[in-house]
Amino acid sequence: MKAFTFERATSVQDAAAKAGSVQGARFIAGGTNLLDLMKIEVETPTHLIDVNGLGFDKIEKTREGGVRIGALVSNTALAADMRIRRDYGVLSRALLAGASGQLRNKATTAGNLLQRTRCPYFYDTNQACNKRKPGSGCAAIGGYSRQLAVIGSSDKCIATHPSDMAVAMRVLDATVETVDGAGQTRTIPIADFHRLPGDTPHIDTNLKAGEFITAVTLPRPLGGEHVYEKVRDRASYAFALVSVAAVIQRDGTGRVAVGGVAHKPWRIEAADAAMPQGPQAIASRLLAGARPTHENAFKVPLVERTLAAVISEARAA
Amino acid sequence: MSNPSELELSRRGVLTVGAVTAIGVSAPVLAASENATTGASTPTIPVSFEVNGKAEHLSLDPRTTLLDALREHLHLTGTKKGCDHGQCGACTVLVGGVRINSCLTLAAMHEGDTITTIEGLGSPEKLHPMQAAFVKHDGYQCGYCTPGQICSAVAVLDEIKRGVPSHVSANLTDRPRATGAEMRERMSGNICRCGAYSNIAEAMAEVAGARA
Repeated sequence: MKAFTFERATSVQDAAAKAGSVQGARFIAGGTNLLDLMKIEVETPTHLIDVNGLGFDKIEKTREGGVRIGALVSNTALAADMRIRRDYGVLSRALLAGASGQLRNKATTAGNLLQRTRCPYFYDTNQACNKRKPGSGCAAIGGYSRQLAVIGSSDKCIATHPSDMAVAMRVLDATVETVDGAGQTRTIPIADFHRLPGDTPHIDTNLKAGEFITAVTLPRPLGGEHVYEKVRDRASYAFALVSVAAVIQRDGTGRVAVGGVAHKPWRIEAADAAMPQGPQAIASRLLAGARPTHENAFKVPLVERTLAAVISEARAA
Repeated sequence: MSNPSELELSRRGVLTVGAVTAIGVSAPVLAASENATTGASTPTIPVSFEVNGKAEHLSLDPRTTLLDALREHLHLTGTKKGCDHGQCGACTVLVGGVRINSCLTLAAMHEGDTITTIEGLGSPEKLHPMQAAFVKHDGYQCGYCTPGQICSAVAVLDEIKRGVPSHVSANLTDRPRATGAEMRERMSGNICRCGAYSNIAEAMAEVAGARA
């Protein structure tokens, strides 16, 4: 691990100002992904700002009838919150399908959104990776790509976003609330939060330097059946090959987002509109223009089959 | 005839001697590699927390993980370093009663926290019920993952008691029960190379008063 200086933040304003002005400064909350990457020197911050003392650890009702989740609420606390379990079941299910009990106890809501790809070439500093070292190339293209993206990728990067939570937040139309060093706040729809790789795969999100996530807000509950189905190589504690988050109403309408297939949680309006027509119609719209590799072409039919399982589970409920 | 007390050198004693030897050999190497990486000394960070009921005050290189603080600075070597990347669970400890991977958190992030390691759960004279159950059900073979397994197991039963749902809970809003399926799912962050899983499940079931 490279050396860094460390401070415990006492005010969000100061923390954001410092993160924006000190070259190489980073916030640390749960630390489960950042420290993992620092140990192999994929991440090399020069200064860490420990934000754990700043609060932001409550789940509150909003005036609009939704829920505001503090940025530092742990993944366990969020999954176990009775309002989330009752009204936003897809989010509880997604959280509980991710990581291990130990990691969920430490990982935070904001940190989960900001976790970096698990592409093996991103982790291996001996390999080319445009996300880790811009301009160095992509060893994943033509390499071991079983886990990687089938859609929305570029000739610079075929990484996937690893979060389960973010897929559920995408289907729920969450918004991300932030504050910057000047005290300016803004809200970012989850759809615009993560980026596609394009020519700049090293930039994962649309956050500005020093911008600090304070909360994630969910709109009013949607009702319907909430399902999160995750297909993976082990029954527990593995990243998704494909995951489907869906909210399905009694009349068969609803919405769906897919994980494990792209650089961000994947949701397409036309696929939502095709919900009553069944898995084939939904999948063909979700994955129109997919460019799978030889090793991950199985994900395309797997999305359709997982959708079929999700729809029959919702009907049976 | 040999003095029986010499023969009764415990496994714990052997491990302690072994660990001290290993530290003695590796410490200068570690220091050298740290200097080579940084080229400069890093200001240390003071941190105070309670470990197994005892107040500790340390001044640490900010890079020191909670795991390394426990093992190398406080010499509580019960907590084990397996993968050092949060994948194996050997480093599991309880912070504020909640289980975490001590390898994936900095000691400096735990100012004022209350930490319990395997040494704080029970002692050889007075085992924690989970430790006793692991012994009774042979919930280990080589024993390396065992401290993490036991800390995790204790926390799992508490999570179920507190009503935290899991991936295998059939209904999200029902109170979870300590079934075999629930305990196995919740223990997936603790890997056992010897494959003592079924015996670990038996031990947990006994403590939970349930069937594995």
